[in-house]
Amino acid sequence: MSVLVSILAISSFLCIYRIYQGPSISDRAVGVDIMGILFVGITGLAALFYDLPYLMDLSISLALFSFIGALALAKYLEKRSLDD
Amino acid sequence: MRYIIYFITGFILLLLLTWSTNIDHLIAGAAVVLVGTVLFGGYFTDRPLKFLQLHRIVVFAIYVPIFVWYMVKANIDVAYRALHPERPIKPGIVKIRTTLKTDIARVFLANSITLTPGTMTCDIDGDILYIHWIWVQSEDLEEASRIIASRFEVFLRRIFE
Amino acid sequence: MISAIGWIIIWIGVLFDVLGAIGLVRFPDVYNRLQASTKCVTLGTFGIMVGIFMIHGFSAMGIKALICGAFLLLTNPVAAHALMKGSLHFGVKMWKGTIVDNYGKDKLGSEQIERGGG
Repeated sequence: MSVLVSILAISSFLCIYRIYQGPSISDRAVGVDIMGILFVGITGLAALFYDLPYLMDLSISLALFSFIGALALAKYLEKRSLDD
Repeated sequence: MRYIIYFITGFILLLLLTWSTNIDHLIAGAAVVLVGTVLFGGYFTDRPLKFLQLHRIVVFAIYVPIFVWYMVKANIDVAYRALHPERPIKPGIVKIRTTLKTDIARVFLANSITLTPGTMTCDIDGDILYIHWIWVQSEDLEEASRIIASRFEVFLRRIFE
Repeated sequence: MISAIGWIIIWIGVLFDVLGAIGLVRFPDVYNRLQASTKCVTLGTFGIMVGIFMIHGFSAMGIKALICGAFLLLTNPVAAHALMKGSLHFGVKMWKGTIVDNYGKDKLGSEQIERGGG
């Protein structure tokens, strides 16, 4: 349990490094999107280890919100270009 | 007709998600799925029964393992490029032309291209697809179409058209 | 037996997640980062979900895990595609080693490749 979740937490820290460092807004958007999907995996593992099926519902809704958030960020990037 | 199919599909999905046969759950769920059907049923595909024909299901069952195998190969490829000290990449955006006609087949082709080795769809414009390729092998339109798209078009044409 | 295979698949999935995060840090521009991280993280999380399904079988949790995995597999490429198109229209330059950009030539007027410097 602790080993698997620690590995995923280290991956999340790599994403946070990219969000902090990223030269442009797009890099930060990509980091946020990837981190949301990593959290889906962490929630699924927690549901497996504590044997709580309702955490799996939480996992599905996290995936949904990650998708909607990525679409909203992409729409923002597309409409507000640099040269106007 | 398409509203009835949409209602049945949504109700089965809801049963799988709640995983209970309590009568209260069934009644409340049916009401919610009915509202969803009235609101969004118009966007459903025109001929839903087409996807229940046997040969389409058989080809789909053959397609899934091949697709998963390509996905695993893609991941090993990308992991090799990420861990190699010199980062052997040669990226670029190329154009390809697809022969698929319907919209849903093109969507599945774009998703398949995104998840397989080194290629990723940027934009679709009619029958032209723009592909970001991490290791460009050919800039020619016909050659790139043959390398990237033809291995999926064979299956997707039989499933969706 | 099936449970052991499920654990192996979960381990492979977590390993691919880490590789995707490493790719996110190491590649030089947005488009390559998006490419590496989307592929690896999608397969990794899908692997975790399939592993949970194999351990629990046809119970409430297993079915939910399978639905979650299928949902990720359908939506994640769409999100990556939208982010990529957004970045292209936003005007983020590509890495200087990029050799061809047909999208910029056709839709945006010129090739969006970083020249000189760096």
